[in-house]
Formats: sequence, structure tokens, C-alpha cells
Amino acid sequence: MKKSAAPAIMRQGQLLPWIFVGPALAILIIYVAYPTFNTFLLSFQNADSTQLASAACQPDQPCWGILENYRYALTSKVMLTSFRNNALWLILMVSGTVSLGLFYAVLADRVRYEPLAKAIIFLPMAISFVGAGVIWKFVYAYPINPNDPNVPVIGLLNAIVTALGGKPVAWLSTGPWVNNIALIVVGIWIWTGFCMTILSAALKGVPAEILEAARVDGANEWMVFWKIMVPMIMPTITVVITTMTINVLKVFDIVYVMTGGNYGTDVIANRMYMEMYQHQDAGRSAAIAVILVLAIIPVMLYNVRRFREQEAIR
Amino acid sequence: MNNMVKLNNVLGRIPVHVAIIAMCVVWLLPAVGLLVTSFRPVQDVNETGWWMVFAPPKGAAEYKQFCSPCHGSNGSKVAGVNLFDPDLVSKYRRSMYLAATFSKEFDGKVHIEKDQWPNEQQTANILSYLRRESGLDTRPRFTLSNYVDALVGYRGRETYREECAKGNIIPGERTCNFIKDMTTSQTGMGRAFINSLLVTIPATILPILFAAFAAYAFSWLDFHGRQVLFAILVGLQVVPLQMTLIPIYKIYTSLGLNGTFLGVWLFHTGFGLPYAIYLLRNFLGALPRDLFESAYLDGASVWTAFFRLAIPLSVPAIASLGIFQFLWVWNDLLVALVFLGGTTPVMTYQISNLVTSLGGGWHLLTAAAFLSMLLPMIVFFSLQRYFIRGILAGSVKG
Repeated sequence: MKKSAAPAIMRQGQLLPWIFVGPALAILIIYVAYPTFNTFLLSFQNADSTQLASAACQPDQPCWGILENYRYALTSKVMLTSFRNNALWLILMVSGTVSLGLFYAVLADRVRYEPLAKAIIFLPMAISFVGAGVIWKFVYAYPINPNDPNVPVIGLLNAIVTALGGKPVAWLSTGPWVNNIALIVVGIWIWTGFCMTILSAALKGVPAEILEAARVDGANEWMVFWKIMVPMIMPTITVVITTMTINVLKVFDIVYVMTGGNYGTDVIANRMYMEMYQHQDAGRSAAIAVILVLAIIPVMLYNVRRFREQEAIR
Repeated sequence: MNNMVKLNNVLGRIPVHVAIIAMCVVWLLPAVGLLVTSFRPVQDVNETGWWMVFAPPKGAAEYKQFCSPCHGSNGSKVAGVNLFDPDLVSKYRRSMYLAATFSKEFDGKVHIEKDQWPNEQQTANILSYLRRESGLDTRPRFTLSNYVDALVGYRGRETYREECAKGNIIPGERTCNFIKDMTTSQTGMGRAFINSLLVTIPATILPILFAAFAAYAFSWLDFHGRQVLFAILVGLQVVPLQMTLIPIYKIYTSLGLNGTFLGVWLFHTGFGLPYAIYLLRNFLGALPRDLFESAYLDGASVWTAFFRLAIPLSVPAIASLGIFQFLWVWNDLLVALVFLGGTTPVMTYQISNLVTSLGGGWHLLTAAAFLSMLLPMIVFFSLQRYFIRGILAGSVKG
């Protein structure tokens, strides 16, 4: 455990510490602890939380009793689409951001304009997902009447496609692959800088002597990267992967702004918002939130355990 | 020999430079498109892609092909006819009137042989070129109109300044006093900017203040259950925002806190706290113990040690944390959507609203989006070091 038990000289009575901790504790209980508990309860109740969820069951229809909201959250068509999309996001965005970030971190380390090159990639982290959504929606812009050759193509991507002799593509409404990947690209554009910065810091921690020794022994750059750099920064890579996994599971703004979850691009977090504020169904919304948490917690626990191990080594 | 090695080094690095620059271009191009578009007149935005911003005006190519040979590039080569004369061009209000001249005879000669007539679209382009060259069409290449319109929330067919020049004041909606419209319009980015500031500044200060007190207690005060409580509080970081929205929304509805700044401040405080406590606790805990011991020996109270010692020493950590929290709140959409909505619209809400209700209004959308990015960009470029440190501390440490 941590070493810093307060020195004996600082014993100050039992009340004072609680004055220091009190306000934060109160806010955390009201705003995080209690609502989390309450959301669990709500997920077993009906739309306006007046009866148990089983009240919404119809005769001759499948029913999971008190778990009725979970039946919706786990088996309904929209939710299955969302699960599929979140899985796609998970695979493509985590692998995309981490590999691009690592690739870029290694390259940027070798040039003199490293700070500028890194700032450019990191820049999207500073702006909102909403802003990023607008930027990319414009890149994906699709002519209102694509069959009329006189209608100008003002979206960058479609301009490239037409310049290469293709026909404009409706990037955001062509499902299920094109539009989901188009959205994931936006996520990669935003988060690569984050991964790159963390991985770059870790790479700088790899002792130069080890790399030099390997090169002197005849290892080429490719081997140095795979056999030395990657194994040495593996703990950091793991952290980045878990952090990105959590970010991906919570992705909301990009989908909400760019497609609103239409055309088969819905994701869990957007579904949760829609159930609550469009369909006014607190029960279903709470059930989806619980599922989201259940998906996130194993990743978090893994992260915490790995962190403990590191602490023990120190 | 040495030179050969050097040359090899330089050549070997070319792929590295190419890869880096290519990726930078891909990363910057979408944002450049947004920036350029936000300064272009609405007609241009809808007629040509933003990368054509410095291209010759529309119709120049057609003019050169069909008209230049006889009329010359300045339009006045044929005696008595100046194609760039506004009086002449204004006669051709539509391109079919211009097309009608093709079959006419001038001085006994056919204007243009029939098999060489420009088609409909080409004629229209030629006319638009003539209107521009003659000064009838005064559209500039760049304009600030989009920003003016976005700031005051004008969404009509012309521009805010044109409407106001005509004196089209709409009581309760448009006074044509720019400052007043900008700061009061419910649909404008000006008011939303102020709202965003009013939300963000307290929502940044409050969690850091509470976290500083708590973090100090966790690192330098002794009390029962300290370790356990700290572990629990930090563990609350795992709870995603979505898990708490519904109950808080219900509580706020019964207390009348929906749509109020106070409600959002407290919500953001609740969510900023676990991370803030964790970060500050790590920082304060790493300060040398002798420092506090000697302060106590000199007779300093806990409060003095906190305000005079701990707080000034943790300024770097507080700066990182402050920037991180500021940008987090400024860029947040979900919380603003749920608790503020349209009653007190912030910038992110306003933009998401523009996207869904105004599909094609790219000139407004790009200007509005850029306005919302202005402050984060300034913060990022001026305080980059603290910004990155704040983000890193939260993730690498676990």
C-alpha cells in the first residue's frame, strides 16, 4: 500500500479531516453513488417507474417478468444492431487508434519538427465531438441530386471519388458497413492523438543504450521495433487499449450529431439517450445503462489490477 | 565516406518524412475545409467545393471558349459593344435571354453558327461570369456574413446585414442592434457562447476546490478509514455518466433544477471529482514529508499548511486539471442536452441543433462550429504542455 501515513506530529483530532473530505464526499454520494444504485432499481420498473417492469408484459408475447426491460435491451432488433455496431467500433477504432498512434509516435521521434507534427495529430482532442462531427459531415457531404451532373459536389471525399471516375457515395446513409466505418474514421481522427502522445512518452522511456546495443548487434529497425520497443512499452500499450475500449463503449456525440443513430448506425449510448428522452421510457433506458456499465466494469477492473501490480513493483 | 553515410541517412529518412507529412495533411484537411467554407459567401459554398476557393470565377472557361475569340478578354473588342457594361448585362436577366442573341444577325452576320452554340448550362455560366465582371454581382470571395449570421442566429434567405440594411426589424426577434441581437437571440451562437462560459467556469472551479480539500486530507491528515474511502472514491471513476443521468434528471425535475446553471455545475462537479481527487492526491502525496513536518513544528495550523503550502505547491497539477476539466465541460454535449436543452442553449447544443434542423446550411454550420472551437484551440496552443499532462496523468496512472 501507499507509504505516506501522516507523520505523528500531524495528528489533529478526528473532526477536522471530515471537514476537508465532507463536501466532496457529499457530492459524490448524491451525484454518483446514489444515482448508480437508483438506476439499478429503475431498470426493473416500467416506463414511468410506477410499477414493476413485468406490468408492461402483453399476453401471448414473450415476457421476462421483472427483467422485461432487459429482454428489450438484450433481444430487440434496434439493440442488437447497436451491439453489432459497438463491436465494430471496438475492433476498428481500438486497433486503428493504437496502431496509428504507435506508428506515428515512432516516426515522429525521428524528425526535428516532432513537436509540431505531434501537435497537429493531437489537435482534434481539443475540439468537441460535435465540432468534429460537423467537420466530417462536411467531408462526407453528398449531393442532393447525385444523378444531375450539374449539381456540384461540395464534399471533399465525393469530389475525390468523382475525380477518380466514380459516382458519389452517400457515405452516411449507406449501411451497414460504409456508414459505420465512416463514423469510426471520425473517432480514429479524434483519438489517435491521445494514443500517440501516451505511447510516445513511453517510447522516450526506453533506454537509448538498449536500442543502440541491438543495432550494433545487427538488428534492423523492424526488429528493434517488434523485439525491443513493443515488449518494453507493453504495459503502456495495454493501458491505452483498455482506456480506448472504455471510450469506445461510451461513444455517443459522434453518432448523435452525424446520423442520429439512423441508417443502422445506432450505438448503445445513443440508444440509452433515445429511450429516455424520445420515448420517455426510464426503465428501458436504465436497463441499457446497466448493460453499458456491466460491459465497462471488467475492463476497468483489469486496469485497476494491473495498476496495483505496478504499485507493488515500485 | 562520411558524406556517403550522411547522404544515405538523409535518403533513408525520406519515407519517414513522407509518412508524417501525409498523415498531417489527412488530419488537417477536413478542418481546413471547415475554416475556408466558413468565410465563403453562401452561394459559393453551394456552387463549388471549398478547394476551388482560389479558382477562376464560374463561367470564365466558357467565356474564354465562346466569347473571347471575337469580344476579347476585356469584352470590348467589338466596336460599340461592351460585354462587361452593366447596362447591357442587366438586360439579360435570365440565361435564355442571352441564348436568344445567339441566333440573331449583327451587321448582316450570324452571331454564332448554330453548331457552335454553348449549351444551356454553359450559357448560364457565361451569364454569371458577365454579371460578375460587369459589377452587377458584387459577391466577394471571402465574407464575414456567415459569422454575423451564426452569432445572431439569423437563418433566413439573405443575410442579417442585408435584412437590417432594408430595415426589416422583427419585434421580439431582431432589433438590428448587433450586440443586442448577439447576446439575446435564443438561436444565436453569441448567446450560446456566453452560456457556455457561464456553465464552464464554475463547473471547472468547483470540482477542483472540493478535490483539493479532499486530496489534502487523503495525503496529509490522519483519520479512520482513509485508505478505504480513498479507494472507493477513486473507484467511482468507473461509473459512466449514463448511469446517473436518469435519477438526477428525476430529482432535478422535482426540485425545478432542470435548465438551471446550478444543476449543471453540480452535476459536472460530481463527475469531475473522482479524477480530480485522484490526480491531486497523487501530486500532494508526492511532496516531501519534511516540508509539512517543519511547517507544523513552526506552529502552522492545518489550514495554514493547506492554503500557504499545499495549494501554491500544487499549481502545476491544478493547471493541468483545470484545463482538462474546462475543455471537458466546454465540449460536452450529453449533459447540456439533458439538463439545459433549449432553455439555456450552450454552443455544442446549438450546433447539434443546427445539424439536425438545417441539413444543408453549411455556411452557417461551419461558422458556428469554428466559433465553438475558438476557445479550446487558444487554450490548446497556449497551454499545450499542461493540457497534455492533464490528460496523460489520468490515463497512464491507471
